[in-house]
Amino acid sequence: MGAARATATLKDATAIAGIGQTSFAKRLPESEKTLACRAILAALDDAGIAPSEVDAFASYTMEETDEVEIAKAIGAGDVTFFGKVGYGGGGSCATVAHLAAAIATGQASVGVAWRSRKRGSGPRPWTNTQVQLPTPAQWTRPYGLLRPADEIGLLARRYMHEYGATRDHFFNVALACRNRANQNPAAMMYDRPLTREMYMTARWISEPLCLFDNCLETDGALACVLVSAERARDCRHRPVYVHSVAQGLPAQHHGMVNYWNDDPLTGPSWTAARRLWKTADFGPQDVDVAQIYDAFTPLIPLSLEGYGFCGRGEGAAFTEGGALEIGGRLPLNTGGGGLSEAYVHGFNLITEGVRQLRGTGTAQVPGATTCLVTAGEGVPTSALLLRS
Amino acid sequence: MTQTETTTAASGGGDRADGLLAPVPDDDGAPFFAYAARGELRVQCCADCGERRFPPRPCCPHCQSFESLWKKTSGRGRIWSYVLPHPPLLPAYAAQAPYNVVLVELADAPRIRLVGNLVAAADAALNSVPPERIRIGAPVRAAFHETDDGFTVVRWLLERP
Repeated sequence: MGAARATATLKDATAIAGIGQTSFAKRLPESEKTLACRAILAALDDAGIAPSEVDAFASYTMEETDEVEIAKAIGAGDVTFFGKVGYGGGGSCATVAHLAAAIATGQASVGVAWRSRKRGSGPRPWTNTQVQLPTPAQWTRPYGLLRPADEIGLLARRYMHEYGATRDHFFNVALACRNRANQNPAAMMYDRPLTREMYMTARWISEPLCLFDNCLETDGALACVLVSAERARDCRHRPVYVHSVAQGLPAQHHGMVNYWNDDPLTGPSWTAARRLWKTADFGPQDVDVAQIYDAFTPLIPLSLEGYGFCGRGEGAAFTEGGALEIGGRLPLNTGGGGLSEAYVHGFNLITEGVRQLRGTGTAQVPGATTCLVTAGEGVPTSALLLRS
Repeated sequence: MTQTETTTAASGGGDRADGLLAPVPDDDGAPFFAYAARGELRVQCCADCGERRFPPRPCCPHCQSFESLWKKTSGRGRIWSYVLPHPPLLPAYAAQAPYNVVLVELADAPRIRLVGNLVAAADAALNSVPPERIRIGAPVRAAFHETDDGFTVVRWLLERP
């Protein structure tokens, strides 16, 4: 190589200019494809961008609504970038990251990321035992380790054993999400407050995890529109810049059954976080509001450690004293998250991050200018730092 | 791939006579189950550098050698963690719920942890050990349970019942 080249940087080069969603419910009559189209068109309208200008798509692999169908349904133009990310909820932030890379490098100009799922009315994925897990199921399923709740439950109990975490710590997480949902009319749990007594007497799903440690089952779809930072300034809302992105698949990681390395409690969050902070202008102490993937409550303490908000083993204690509530050290999942707003593989955490930085959250953190959004911990993951 | 091959390749889908899922071994995992059928708990290890690895895979992540052998273990271990699943579950499992699923750290290779069930005897039900008897750190030993259709799975017994 001769002359030095300028390296393309993603930092603040792109912005989320539009967000959209359908309603969230246990059962919606329309198909995943129809719901996806509704959310995408709403997001484009929010940005003030015509569907014919869309030239990039990014989505997830589970329960696919593919680009061919989506593009022709909404009336997209010629599409020059499209990609899918695997590992369920691990792919949420990666969809935005892939579009950011495409737009920053000139492969496309208007990108759409979306998620449409019918997990409320559709089948539970674990009931299909023919589908292979990332790590072959011969080592886990025959023994009755059937569901994600069981797989994460094993890690949760070990975490409790090693660090003295208690069910009260998990309740702190469930309560913070439920309190925010109670402020959010779009949340499935809007009118359903949670008490400690309800939590402590709830039915078990997989001991040590009870009903309220588990995310919701939701029908719904969401989308966001990504453009260059320059273009975003001409759109309808205050731009929310994509400041830093990362994916994380750690060495010797085994998926959600991550039982076979030196430290199973150090998951993909740690890998994604190292990259995320390396390319950022600020650190964990500067994060005003966090949207942390919450398929299960124990993922929050693990993620708090992984993303550097506290030390190893301190994630449970971090949740004490209202730390995750509005006004606390780190307001969490301010729309209610997967536990209490909707479980749509974490895409609602991205859109809520955008709302917070626009200043339009239903439980607004005053003056929030920075937001961490994460994808599933326990699976190959991804994360975003957003800033206004 | 034929339809039959596709079904076989999808692990964890085999039905046993008792309704529980039979392991559907892949090429890398097959020796583990073949040794279990002989009452041996063996783990894959690299024939060149000697490093043990689990789950089994085609080559050594340390030295990249494709040569491997299966080393016998003492069959002893400790409970690293456990869960007690409750419904909703697949019907055969729901019938025995709450049962236990344990993760056992092998005494000979602490980084190798096997998912299994703690039972009162090799052929006892998945819920045959009272939950209050289960402790992280409890010493256990492997037992071999032959299913109705002749497939052997590894189960675990408390060293001090």
